[in-house]
Amino acid sequence: MDTDQLIRTLAADNAHRPPRVGAVLTMALLVAAPLSILIFATFLGVRHDVMSAMHNPFFDMKFAVTLSLAIPAIIVSLHLSRPEALLRGWGWLLLLPVGLLAVAIGSEAMMAPAMPMTMRLMGKNSRVCLLAIPAMSLPLLAGALFGLRHGAPSHPALAGALAGLVSAGLAATLYASHCTDDSPLFVATWYTLATALVTAIGALVGAKVLRY
Amino acid sequence: MRGREDEWTGLMRSAMAGDDAAYHRLLKAVTPVLRAAARRGLARAGQPPDQAEDIVQEILLAVHLKRHTWDSEAPFAPWLFAIGRNKLIDMLRRRGRRIFVNIDDFAETLPGEAPQETVSAGEVASQLNTLPQRQRDVLQSIAVDSTSIKDTAAKYSMSEGAVRVALHRGLAALTAKLRNH
Repeated sequence: MDTDQLIRTLAADNAHRPPRVGAVLTMALLVAAPLSILIFATFLGVRHDVMSAMHNPFFDMKFAVTLSLAIPAIIVSLHLSRPEALLRGWGWLLLLPVGLLAVAIGSEAMMAPAMPMTMRLMGKNSRVCLLAIPAMSLPLLAGALFGLRHGAPSHPALAGALAGLVSAGLAATLYASHCTDDSPLFVATWYTLATALVTAIGALVGAKVLRY
Repeated sequence: MRGREDEWTGLMRSAMAGDDAAYHRLLKAVTPVLRAAARRGLARAGQPPDQAEDIVQEILLAVHLKRHTWDSEAPFAPWLFAIGRNKLIDMLRRRGRRIFVNIDDFAETLPGEAPQETVSAGEVASQLNTLPQRQRDVLQSIAVDSTSIKDTAAKYSMSEGAVRVALHRGLAALTAKLRNH
């Protein structure tokens, strides 16, 4: 087929209107979310003292941290689904949860400690955390990668890593309502490790499936 | 240069608004520029220039299938050249070449440098033969025999909608095959 023929064929297909990447990503995440919620409902569930926990600012802080990861990650991943987009100027959005955690750790350090630091850091749920966040992330990661496949990222591994951050942020939001460890030190350690694992998986898979 | 790129942006806006003729003109206008850039990129990587047309066709397919990622408020050329660079890098990588893609290969094309010509390329043509029968028939009919969608529908006793679906699926499948080739 010569190039003129190809061009004629492409022009004939101009009536086909693909949806925007944001719409496909949203749909894919909405389809994947029930699977993650099913894992949550089956194996974890909301902690029993949730009503009193809500009066603890460090409990609420967990959601601020996880959502400040998930939402900016969605925004940046959509930005990077355009081929000419650069991370420059957008990357700082991904530092929001880091900043929030730093503030939270600082405020906790200024309060009279209820428990020694190592106990707060190690918590009681570190193994569950390391297992549950990646497990609940996987359906969402698959959804995020499917959605981003509709885009045209110039750096597929980076886009895959962002899909990992999106899914880990959303899964960690669910997990935060189960976990009784509210210390920002616990969150900074174990949530971060779990997120790093999911992000690495996202980057590896993304490098393969997000090429266009 | 500015004028040319503004013209592309205007054509792409019309194309996205449903103007097929503007889309056709745009693709015709960018092709010689892409061809020159692809040749320059291949030369820089020490590759023979005869693969340039394969790259051009891959770029055109990607432009088509990913045009919804173009922001109609943004200029068209940077988006186009980013796709061009990615496709050139992909092609060199598949050939196992070390990558020396100069970012400017796709940006510094001089106006008037590129004569209009039409060149055959091997890869799209050979992958075309591996498509399912119906998609291949429709693509052949529209591309090679330059039959309209309406006449293609009559020829194969399909509805126009079915022809459009087969056409789009065929183009998407072709692109996937080239990527994994």
